[in-house]
Amino acid sequence: MYAQMVQSEASTDDPEKLAAFQARIDAGEKIEPKDWMPAGYRKTLIRQIGQHAHSEIVGQLPEGNWITRAPTLERKAILLAKVQDEAGHGLYLYCAAETLGVSRDELTEMLLDGRMKYSSIFNYPTLNWADMGAVGWLVDGAAIMNQVPLQRTSFGPYSRAMIRVCKEESFHARQGFDAIRKMATGTPAQKKMAQDAVNRLWFPALMMFGPSDADSVHSTQSMAWKIKMNTNDELRQKFVDQTVPQIEFLGLDLPDEGITWNEERGHYDYSDPDWSEFFDVIKGNGPCNTDRLAARNKAWKDGEWVRDGLLAHARKKAARKHAAE
Amino acid sequence: MAAPLTDNEALFQFLLRMGDNTLILGHRVSEWCGHSPVLEEDIALANTALDLIGQTQMWLGLAGEVQGEEKSADDLAFLRDVWDFRNVLLVEVPNEDFGRTLMRQFLFDAWHSIQLGHLMKSSDERVAAIAAKTSKEVAYHLERSADTVVGLGDGTEESHGYMQAALDYLWPYVGEMFVSDEVDAAMAKAGIAPDPASLRADYDALIGRVLAEATLNIPDSGFAHKGGRNGKMHTEHLGHLLTQMQWLQRAYPGASW
Repeated sequence: MYAQMVQSEASTDDPEKLAAFQARIDAGEKIEPKDWMPAGYRKTLIRQIGQHAHSEIVGQLPEGNWITRAPTLERKAILLAKVQDEAGHGLYLYCAAETLGVSRDELTEMLLDGRMKYSSIFNYPTLNWADMGAVGWLVDGAAIMNQVPLQRTSFGPYSRAMIRVCKEESFHARQGFDAIRKMATGTPAQKKMAQDAVNRLWFPALMMFGPSDADSVHSTQSMAWKIKMNTNDELRQKFVDQTVPQIEFLGLDLPDEGITWNEERGHYDYSDPDWSEFFDVIKGNGPCNTDRLAARNKAWKDGEWVRDGLLAHARKKAARKHAAE
Repeated sequence: MAAPLTDNEALFQFLLRMGDNTLILGHRVSEWCGHSPVLEEDIALANTALDLIGQTQMWLGLAGEVQGEEKSADDLAFLRDVWDFRNVLLVEVPNEDFGRTLMRQFLFDAWHSIQLGHLMKSSDERVAAIAAKTSKEVAYHLERSADTVVGLGDGTEESHGYMQAALDYLWPYVGEMFVSDEVDAAMAKAGIAPDPASLRADYDALIGRVLAEATLNIPDSGFAHKGGRNGKMHTEHLGHLLTQMQWLQRAYPGASW
């Protein structure tokens, strides 16, 4: 989940309209951009879809960090294709957000000046080649846990974007697993890289689901609106249950001594991540926050002349066409 | 005097020239990942780099076969040093800014598309097959880079300035694509590839049209830096590029990735 701790807006709309809207959602109908919707629903969705889109964009950076050092032509091609997919996901999601009345440029400005967030995971560094496998397998794997149910979310454009995104993300997760399997079964140095990647990324991956939201009022509203489909804890448990046997299959050590099978619950027990670290990252104090935002700001600023130039040319061309008619 | 080239050695050198061009340019373009001016460009740049790396696998794969020393495309890409690279200098110059990156792409794409048009009729079926497959991608690269060069050249005063500066800087690197040597003579004689000098008129006509539409002036100089295609003198930039590209293969020899 590339959207974390999205604050849900309370609704102050006409109770009758609200009830009719809720009835449509309860009946499983999709809400489309031109339909009436509560102001709170619109605002919450803009935040959530925007944060998700920003995560795809910033998420290019930790993977882009290894494209020029990929060890084979095939691995380089796979990584390029994956990063290209992420940028494409950003594009679908910004388009979905635009149907709610906010422009891509407005959302971008909010990312660049820190008013909007992106997923905490992308504020962690990628330090060895096995991280490229671990990111696909663990990070995309965790994202899928949240995105698969979102294919059924109530807002039509978001739901349709998620259907496309999920197909590609599942592919990335399989490719990531293949890449780390190669490392885990390779030379001792490669195995060391794989273990280091899993140890470093395990807790940040668990944090992607956000803190426990059992008592959150915001979650309750978002779940009623089918913007949020499961609790953070449900999804985190599902992720742990799926991933622990995979780590064992790879022959790697489990990254948390607290992981044990709980027969009674039918689930793995695991240690909670250090939530104080999570809140530090959210506040801007993660290992890479400053550099990630600086990189995006630089790209935007350096690219201004390009955007202005292409726009000016498009206007000239339209004017010439108009004059010729 | 060095011994004359055998046909096989000449073919190997020719294939390295094709594959090293796409490898090094693909690497340069991939450096943009996540840093481009607008999201659509991030996608387009990654896509171009991806095509070029795919083309490299085909050209260097065939080069390895022709060389007959059981070397894979990866061995050739990751385990040769600067002096064994055969790409033109144009593709190894740094990206600098988006304008120079796209101008470099256009100047290369124009040559590449004309070259592949001839290679599709190569007497060597393997060469013809790669050319047929890659020419579709390259036609798209050329369409995009030409459109962008026109858009930015004929955009604002500022964007025009960036594009003219890019053309002025890159122009001395254009001529090397059309210099013929003994490798080219052997390829032309065998009907495998055209003589590079013979492509110049079509190239000048193509870039002349696009650059005029872009309101850019082609520098009035025929000077050409040389040394990439024969490996005699690359730029200082190539060594740094290889340091990064080859690092894992060099640091952990024999590992499978």
